[in-house]
Amino acid sequence: MVTLVLFIAFAIIALVGALGVVISRNPVHSALWLVATLLSMAGFFILEGAYLVSAVQVIVYASAIVVLFLFVIMLLGVDREESLSDPLKVQRPVALMLGLVVFALLIGLMGNHWATGGESATAALNSGGGGNVERVAREIFTTYLWPFELTSALLVVAVVGGVALARRSRRAEAASEVAP
Amino acid sequence: MIITPTWYLVLAAALFAIGAVGMLVRRNVIVMFMCVELMLNAVNLTFVTFSKTLNDLSGQVAVFFVLVVAAAEVAIGLALIVAIFRRRHTGTTADDISELRG
Amino acid sequence: MNKSSMLDYIWLVPALPLFGAALLLTFGKRIGEPIAGWIATALMFGSFVVSVFMFGALRGLPSGEHAHTVKLFDWFASGGFKVSMGFLADPLSVTWILFVTGIATLIHLYSIGYMHGDARFSRFFAYLNLFVASMLILVLGSNFLVTFLGWEGVGLCSYLLISFWFERNSAAVAGKKAFVTTRVGDLGFMIAMFLIFGSLGTLDYAVVGEKIGGLASGTITAIALLLFLGAVGKSAQIPLHFWLPDAMEGPTPVSALIHAATMVTAGIFIVARAHPIFEASQAAQDVVMWVGAITALLAATVALVQTDIKRVLAYSTVSQLGYMFLALGVGAYTAAIGLVVAHAFFKAALFLGSGSVIHGLDENQDIRTMGRLRKYMPLTGFGFIVAWLAIAGLPPFAGFWAKDEVLAKAFFHGDYAVWFIGVVAAILTAFYMTRETFLVWFGNERFAVVSSETEIDGEAAHAESHSETHADSSSDSHAESHEAGMISTESPTVAYGTAPAPARMTHPPHEAPATMTIPVLILAALAAIGGILILPFKGFEYLGHFLEPVFETVEPIEVPSFAAGFGLSTLAVVVAITGVLIGRGMYRKGLEDPADDPLDRRLGSLGRVFGNAYYFDAVLARCVDGPIRRFAEWIANTVDQGIIDGAVNGVASGVASISNGVRRAQGGVVRQYALVVFAGVAALLIFALVRS
Repeated sequence: MVTLVLFIAFAIIALVGALGVVISRNPVHSALWLVATLLSMAGFFILEGAYLVSAVQVIVYASAIVVLFLFVIMLLGVDREESLSDPLKVQRPVALMLGLVVFALLIGLMGNHWATGGESATAALNSGGGGNVERVAREIFTTYLWPFELTSALLVVAVVGGVALARRSRRAEAASEVAP
Repeated sequence: MIITPTWYLVLAAALFAIGAVGMLVRRNVIVMFMCVELMLNAVNLTFVTFSKTLNDLSGQVAVFFVLVVAAAEVAIGLALIVAIFRRRHTGTTADDISELRG
Repeated sequence: MNKSSMLDYIWLVPALPLFGAALLLTFGKRIGEPIAGWIATALMFGSFVVSVFMFGALRGLPSGEHAHTVKLFDWFASGGFKVSMGFLADPLSVTWILFVTGIATLIHLYSIGYMHGDARFSRFFAYLNLFVASMLILVLGSNFLVTFLGWEGVGLCSYLLISFWFERNSAAVAGKKAFVTTRVGDLGFMIAMFLIFGSLGTLDYAVVGEKIGGLASGTITAIALLLFLGAVGKSAQIPLHFWLPDAMEGPTPVSALIHAATMVTAGIFIVARAHPIFEASQAAQDVVMWVGAITALLAATVALVQTDIKRVLAYSTVSQLGYMFLALGVGAYTAAIGLVVAHAFFKAALFLGSGSVIHGLDENQDIRTMGRLRKYMPLTGFGFIVAWLAIAGLPPFAGFWAKDEVLAKAFFHGDYAVWFIGVVAAILTAFYMTRETFLVWFGNERFAVVSSETEIDGEAAHAESHSETHADSSSDSHAESHEAGMISTESPTVAYGTAPAPARMTHPPHEAPATMTIPVLILAALAAIGGILILPFKGFEYLGHFLEPVFETVEPIEVPSFAAGFGLSTLAVVVAITGVLIGRGMYRKGLEDPADDPLDRRLGSLGRVFGNAYYFDAVLARCVDGPIRRFAEWIANTVDQGIIDGAVNGVASGVASISNGVRRAQGGVVRQYALVVFAGVAALLIFALVRS
């Protein structure tokens, strides 16, 4: 019963937060609504027993990434409000229609096992000892060791790329002064 | 009333659709990015749900990888936005960046 | 070193002049005159010496062997098509390289004197070397493609050399004419090669000779005729003959080289080399024979009334080449080659002699204003006169034996009509050569030496003083007159029908320097005694015996009896003497009035037809300028611009309008793209739902 109440509460927060992200005219508000959704997402993970994932969700998503978003918004000063009318006339109705269609299709697909396959192909949820954190860790460092190491490479690339892109080079500065 | 996985999946589908529509209708590049995060989170929720349903830890591990990719994507994407906006002082929306028009 | 491996060095024969050409083209300017000329001559002579060794090596081959193929490297291989860069040393090619290198050496030597003072002295020798090298590659090639390489090289060099003095418009035009005309023949050669490869799968002479009999007779005839088209172009036979007289625009040594050693004999060579193909097709042989006979006669008539010392010789060459093709057509290959060799000797002597005359007369080429030059240029005159006797067909000179052999073979082959044409052409040959010789060397002097009082500037007087020692080698006046001639943009060539310009010279005619007289005399000596090679007596047919292995499959033409052969020879002598005597009777005293040629008077309107070469050039020019130009313009305007360009432009504008439509999809707006991507997601989901 408690879980049901919690689920409904989280679900409402998540949906409202998502709608808030989309509807808010001010990007700062959008970012705040996004935090709400992300936190309720962490709640769902706890409800489903994925404690480690939940913690990471809060630490990485709800704090780090959102803070990064807010930084950029403030840095660039793009927190101006968007006009409500869309210059692309067909964009909004078609997008809405497509969104409903995709939603309906996803619901429709839920009923079959086309995409899921059989049960427990690698490791059962409660196999081995220890808690959720330990089991997930064991999975990552045994079965998924190679992909995990590759993600480190991905992160390094992202860091270097981010620095290279955002750095204000002296030449580009000179060019931007001449250009306008 | 028992919460079945179907509830989670319907919720995830709804979040995904909202994120997608937001991505299409908003013009502020940063908000579009947030919508992408919404969609990714919907997928994460699906992963965890199936992990429980199918009794397989791999779903939770996959969420980790999604998180890493999302972090990298945000870092690069925001750096791109910064670089673009630094050069162009005029436009601030995705529609303004349309030099590649055919 | 054994003999067989010595033949492996045959590549040196073309390599030496090729090296010379490369050297002189690169460093020619720095080497300068006269070293460049001596280098070129020395390399040419080296090539001749190697050729002599090759001759010895070939003679030394064990009996039963008579050819040696040297494969240098694989030229290219593409699928089943393999061509090796190979040289074939057999009696035929060795005969050719011997006289080509020998005569070319003499011409090189002569050119050192002739080109003295020319601004592009080194380049001239580079081209000469390249020309000869191309000819040697042509001759030595072991397959059609290597021969074609040389064939095209010869064509290129002829263009470069004929238009060597390109400041003159007429020279530039003549070079283009020669190039384009021979190109028509080259096309035939190429198609023939395609046909040979297409039907036999190889281009090797040896293999083609073996396999050709297995083809359908129509294919053989087509190949033979197309090859012959190539030969017609290169050897200036009717109807592609008209480039050769115009080629006189080139420096005279070039004319000598083209006419005697290289270029024009290439056509004879290819027919002789490809004789199995021609032997397999009677129709093709008949065509060769008749084209040769008609060319021999018509060119001889044109030569009758020409007034330019070199144009007479040019038409004479066309006529003599006609004889050679006539002989090839009746299957008398050895006789044809005998005439090639003899002709090379006397025609080179005649050309070099006339070059000396032109040189000594301040670029005057009009035989109507010459006369009694014997007195001024005794050595050159002697050589020229010996060569005249040879070409006129008087025994015992080489020309007699060669021509007699050709006519006898035609007669005993049963081609009496052709034989008769040959005899008529022989009278004409004797006559026009007599006419030229008497007008140039005998009779009255028809040029005036301007007395020194009328001269104002001291430079001319200086030339005058020098010319008194005219027998000395290369005086200064020489160079001056030559340079003056080179800078002038007017062609010295005298076309038929132009009035003789009064020849006024600042100094009397002078003998050429030793570098020019010695080659003439050597060639004249060869023209006199060269007949030894081809005496039609048992045990003396050196050339015939030497060439026998090449043509062993060809049925020899037997002389039925000694009496018959002797009778024909007697007839040939009578014919030659008749021609000479008529000419002597008409021109013994020279001309009373340079503008009044007794022959022209007698021939009347026929003479004008002859003189204008049957109006072939005029008609051709009219055609090219009239209907052909209109056709070309129609092609250019309607077909090319309308249809071809229209198609191209249509495709372009079609693509443009399509892309204009497609362009809208590329709006540059990211959200539109995202919309499309999202629609794609929806489509994929539909697919998944339907599939499950």
